[in-house]
Amino acid sequence: MVIVVSIIQTDHLTKIFDDVHAVDAISFSVEKGEIFGFLGPNGAGKTTTIKMLTTLLRPTKGKAIIADADIKTQRNKVRKSIGVVFQEPALDIELTGQENLDYHARMYGIPRDLRKSRITEVLTLVDLLQKKDKLVKVYSGGMKRRLEIARGLMHRPKVLFLDEPTLGLDAQTRHAIWEYVKRLNKEEETTIFLTTHYMDEAEYLCDRVGIIDHGKIRVLDTIDHLKNVVGNDVITVSCSKQEVFQSHVQNISWVKNIKHHDSFLTIGVEKGEEKIPVLITMAQELGITVHSISVHKPTLDDVFLHFTGHRIRSQDENNVAATLPPQFRGRR
Amino acid sequence: MLLQRFHLNLEEGGKNIMLQSNELQAIYVMWLRQMKRFVRSKSRLVSTILQPLFFLFILGSGFRMASFPDMHVDYLSFLAPGIIAMAILFSSMFTGISILWDKQFGFLQEVLVAPISRFSIILGRTFGGATTALVQGFIILIIALALGVHIPGILNLFMTIAFMILIAFSAVGFGLVVASKLEDFQGFQLIMNLLIMPLLFLSSAFFPVSDQPVLYAISTVNPLFYMVDGLRGSLLGTANVYPPGFDFLIVLGICALLLGLGSYLFNKSEI
Repeated sequence: MVIVVSIIQTDHLTKIFDDVHAVDAISFSVEKGEIFGFLGPNGAGKTTTIKMLTTLLRPTKGKAIIADADIKTQRNKVRKSIGVVFQEPALDIELTGQENLDYHARMYGIPRDLRKSRITEVLTLVDLLQKKDKLVKVYSGGMKRRLEIARGLMHRPKVLFLDEPTLGLDAQTRHAIWEYVKRLNKEEETTIFLTTHYMDEAEYLCDRVGIIDHGKIRVLDTIDHLKNVVGNDVITVSCSKQEVFQSHVQNISWVKNIKHHDSFLTIGVEKGEEKIPVLITMAQELGITVHSISVHKPTLDDVFLHFTGHRIRSQDENNVAATLPPQFRGRR
Repeated sequence: MLLQRFHLNLEEGGKNIMLQSNELQAIYVMWLRQMKRFVRSKSRLVSTILQPLFFLFILGSGFRMASFPDMHVDYLSFLAPGIIAMAILFSSMFTGISILWDKQFGFLQEVLVAPISRFSIILGRTFGGATTALVQGFIILIIALALGVHIPGILNLFMTIAFMILIAFSAVGFGLVVASKLEDFQGFQLIMNLLIMPLLFLSSAFFPVSDQPVLYAISTVNPLFYMVDGLRGSLLGTANVYPPGFDFLIVLGICALLLGLGSYLFNKSEI
């Protein structure tokens, strides 16, 4: 029997900013050695959760234990066992890469003889050894990110927090960073807690994901389990009289689930390609026009849609539109 | 609540013994960082030294024939301590404010998640800011001496240095207070133009305090006045309003108040 040890444990963790429940009573645990992801759109409460867990923000209510230390009363103990890579770069750009790491090592009390070897070690890991004496302000975005990840590893944290680790990076750098994260998790056995709003990132990296929306965890499970809930195959149908069609389809025995979204239906089934003709025939008998129909293997995107009722990307675009002054809306 | 806090302190106090080298390293890192940034930022280095020198030369030669009641010394000597105080003030305040930069560029978060107390962060930063400001102050002092400003005795020199240090720490403290309360730099401009500049003009840095009752009253509650007056009394041994010892006590109080308030507010601030 495998004994599961949780390294992060939260209990109704809550943060309220002026009546807004940014994080609303979330309870979850992260096991030692896993890559755990928080998936959700911008403003879902991911960063606020990380800031509470890393002792930057005090929770309004609830509690959390990280590596046997309470985030409210044993802040220094928590800080010693964690490494953090923030969403926004947190480097001193007027210093060199080497200096940034050296200062970090000193603040974490790494003895002098270890400092040098650790710096070389982590810089090699992220491929920045040649650039160590350059000022960080001449680094590219990807290099800065890699330097931050290297810095997060310097003191061998038990848990490494990565807040949107590949936000705004090009495809090549993203893949390189994913590889580092995987290697790190395997070789150093570092537990990794990451947040992302990229489906592919969560799918590629995470052992388990929590889907978070409006400060609440909608669902939390392994990616395989989550996809199973949606069905082996997902059929997307766009047609007339969707309500009528839905009421008929949901009585079919092989339909695992059916959901009605704005302009389409999603149906979770097995062997989707064999079910399409059946559905089309059925629609014709009901006098319903099918505009389009497609089948695909479920992705995390479908899971997200299933549990939150909206797609992660459209929500993002809506948010952008809402923050733009009216004269600029619609230009994006 | 009180009991809880006491418990907390006890716990952190116990760890402090273990972490002491850690905290010292943190203070050192914060200090070293200020030094490196200062030396590397050539434009800042040049402008913070040149600006007071321009004041010293241009005002000093422009008003060289001027004489005010109770001045007792030539104008350049009168002006020198004022300019030294001004240079230290601006430079230290800038350090305090620069926490805003760290906030904006995110570096502050890196420091705040490190296992070090906020007190060490403040201390290191204050030392760093004070050191850079004092370097500038000393450069101007040396130039002023070369231009013929006369120090009457060795005790005066020590008093001068003591005042320079106090001014530097007070101004860092003030910068911290402002940085904890402000979100961006617009407010900083406002504070410089509407608060610091008038107070500086009323501090007797450039000319003696006015006899006009309202302005005189303002001067007596103007912290900068006691700084400049004390520095002048120490450096020249004359031309001051109050005895340097009296000024020293007041500036010491101001310094403790500003540094205390600055650390308190910084401690409370959340990101």
